[in-house]
Amino acid sequence: MHYLDHAATTPIVPEAKVALLAFLDGDFGNPSSVHAYGRAARRGVEDAREQVAAAIGASPAEITFTAGGTEADNLAVKGVATKLKGNGNHIVTTAFEHHAVLHSVEHLQDSGFKVSVVEVGNDGLVDPGRIRDAVRRDTILVSVMAVNNEIGTVQDMAGIVAAAKDANRSTLVHSDAVQALGNIPVDVHRWGVDLASFSAHKLGGPKGVGALFVRAGVPVATQLHGGGHERGLRSGTLNAAGAAAFGAAAEVAAKEVHAKAERLLRLRTRLLEGVRAAVPDVVVNGDLDARVPGNLNVSFPGGSGETLLLLLDAAGIACSSGSACQSGALDPSHVLLAIGLEPRLADASIRFSLGRASTEEDVSAVLEVLPEIVERARKAA
Amino acid sequence: MTSDHHSAKKQKAVVARGSGGAGGLGRRSPQRPKAVVAMSGGVDSSVAAALMVEQGYAVTGIMLKLWRQGETNTESGCCSVGAADDARRVADLLEIPFYVLNFAERFESSVVSDFRSAYASGRTPNPCVRCNQWIKFDALLERAEVMGADVLVTGHYARVRTDDGRARLLRGVDGRKDQSYVLWMLTQERLARCRFPVGGMNKKETRALAARLGLRTATKPDSQEICFVRGGDLGGYISEHVSEASHRGAVVDERGRVVGEHHGFGRYTVGQRKGLGVALGRPVYVTSIDASSNRIVVGERKDLEIASARLEEVSFVGPAPRPGERVLVQHRAHGDVTPARVTGANGAAQLLFERPIEAVAPGQSAVLYSVADPDELVGGGIVASTEAA
Repeated sequence: MHYLDHAATTPIVPEAKVALLAFLDGDFGNPSSVHAYGRAARRGVEDAREQVAAAIGASPAEITFTAGGTEADNLAVKGVATKLKGNGNHIVTTAFEHHAVLHSVEHLQDSGFKVSVVEVGNDGLVDPGRIRDAVRRDTILVSVMAVNNEIGTVQDMAGIVAAAKDANRSTLVHSDAVQALGNIPVDVHRWGVDLASFSAHKLGGPKGVGALFVRAGVPVATQLHGGGHERGLRSGTLNAAGAAAFGAAAEVAAKEVHAKAERLLRLRTRLLEGVRAAVPDVVVNGDLDARVPGNLNVSFPGGSGETLLLLLDAAGIACSSGSACQSGALDPSHVLLAIGLEPRLADASIRFSLGRASTEEDVSAVLEVLPEIVERARKAA
Repeated sequence: MTSDHHSAKKQKAVVARGSGGAGGLGRRSPQRPKAVVAMSGGVDSSVAAALMVEQGYAVTGIMLKLWRQGETNTESGCCSVGAADDARRVADLLEIPFYVLNFAERFESSVVSDFRSAYASGRTPNPCVRCNQWIKFDALLERAEVMGADVLVTGHYARVRTDDGRARLLRGVDGRKDQSYVLWMLTQERLARCRFPVGGMNKKETRALAARLGLRTATKPDSQEICFVRGGDLGGYISEHVSEASHRGAVVDERGRVVGEHHGFGRYTVGQRKGLGVALGRPVYVTSIDASSNRIVVGERKDLEIASARLEEVSFVGPAPRPGERVLVQHRAHGDVTPARVTGANGAAQLLFERPIEAVAPGQSAVLYSVADPDELVGGGIVASTEAA
């Protein structure tokens, strides 16, 4: 079995597993409790907050733990919109955002907010100039993802934030950085963003934990009311074990990011060369250079991504294609359509995403079966 | 053990021999024959999958997603999200891989589009027949082959018997559940690659087996409605999607006299008696629908009787019948049969009924069964036109 779907989720790193188990088993207390059990759990959460903050260049008070990346996106988008609706009701985002952002924005649109969706270039990059043009006097929030989950393109976040603030100094900028942490160096203050979302399981942590970076002083209205945890921003008993594991994983990810990038880039280059040799008319989706090292999103003209995926799965290779709908069927990727791919090519796409555990053998295994699989999938298209 | 178990096991050896070229890609041992089972989330296809596993096949479960998100019929309907959950849990229990494949575009451009244009021209379509013809036993069969499957399996109540190298399509043993009617388009070439493992069981046995295997679908009610017609409201569907068939128009008698007004001819079917809104002091029936003049013709019961019918898109399971050969004709999914003489080949055919039959509507499938063995399906076609008795 060969796992090439790290953009979907990653296996847990040993350091995170140790932290997770420590708080499931031993220090099981409620971090809000006053007694020794509570204090031990609270300490684990606060250690983790420092680790996550350090990994993204923030201070610990700027980290709010959530139940994942989707919740962090919802909190950022809806929280800012609710809080600032007196200042304006215009939101800017892009066409290839994750659905956690797009659907949150659509929800706000239904309740009266105005929305501008900025187009993305065919290379999968957002032109800061287009952001500048879209931001108006009543724009309260811009949300642009740092790394796209499907094609892995890396945005010029500093340029985008500068452009947005240039157009309107009081506009806040959020970035869904779920696919960035662990794949590229992240420094939220160098980017200049006001809010950024993260998710533990994309970088070797467990599922069900995430974080929202909220720059000190940035106003956000809570979306989960209750006991007032996380400085009132996110009520609900803290997932101490999850947070501790997230912290451990973030620390590892930040430490290893350069070495991992170098290794994955070599693997991906070999993968792409092999794919090109076997299927010369393969199309790489999105800019190849401005991309996280582990991502390779390609289309096989005349094939069907659905069939490719099934045949690869049957051959023991796990990768992905398009986006799964509620029933589990695949719908054409809105990301690929957003970067101007014609629907037939979007339907013929496969995403390989390499990660910490990827090896030369994984690449070899793909290259061994791919030619025959592509040929068969083309028959079914 | 039912007889179908035995025959299916006998067939297995044949299938296994014929599967030499397949395999090689999978993790499973290459000598095991592979089956793709079309799973709807209902009890029949769940049991079909279980039986194939029992027979030693390497089984993959497939559900077809036939419409885009937000266009589902009901939560419990076939191929809804709920149905996908059910099928997936059955697959988990059977420890087989399960995928939902997106056929929405193809379904829309073929089955749904045909359904609408049939109603627009005053015909009575059978979308289940079309789905079998263009989706299940065409697109899916092809896909199954690409996936390396030796056979495509469905939960239809029908049987396949192969003797002397010729595949025969038989009614399911449960007369009330028999679904051979919707399979008339299957040819030798397709039948050789199809299995219907529940065809040898009656519904009670199927449910009992499902319960014994612990399948969560054991007590699920049968689906009845057209899967893409929300809530079974055909009239509402037609007014929404088939504007040509939704305008008010005249109801006339055989001599062309206007006797009432209809609410869009798409809402009426040949043979219909109720809801016509005409009071002539005697029972009247829809005898024909004239789409071009937006008129519905009504008449007495005897006016429903037809003597002959012309079929198009005709297909035969085996060799075409000799000209004038006697067959038994069924024109509704669960209707009676009427003897007739058939003349024609693949393509078009003429049916001459031995006694008048009632209410045959253009667009319906006329399915031919053998006189020698009334369980054996000979072929079928789509009713193009009829002639009154």
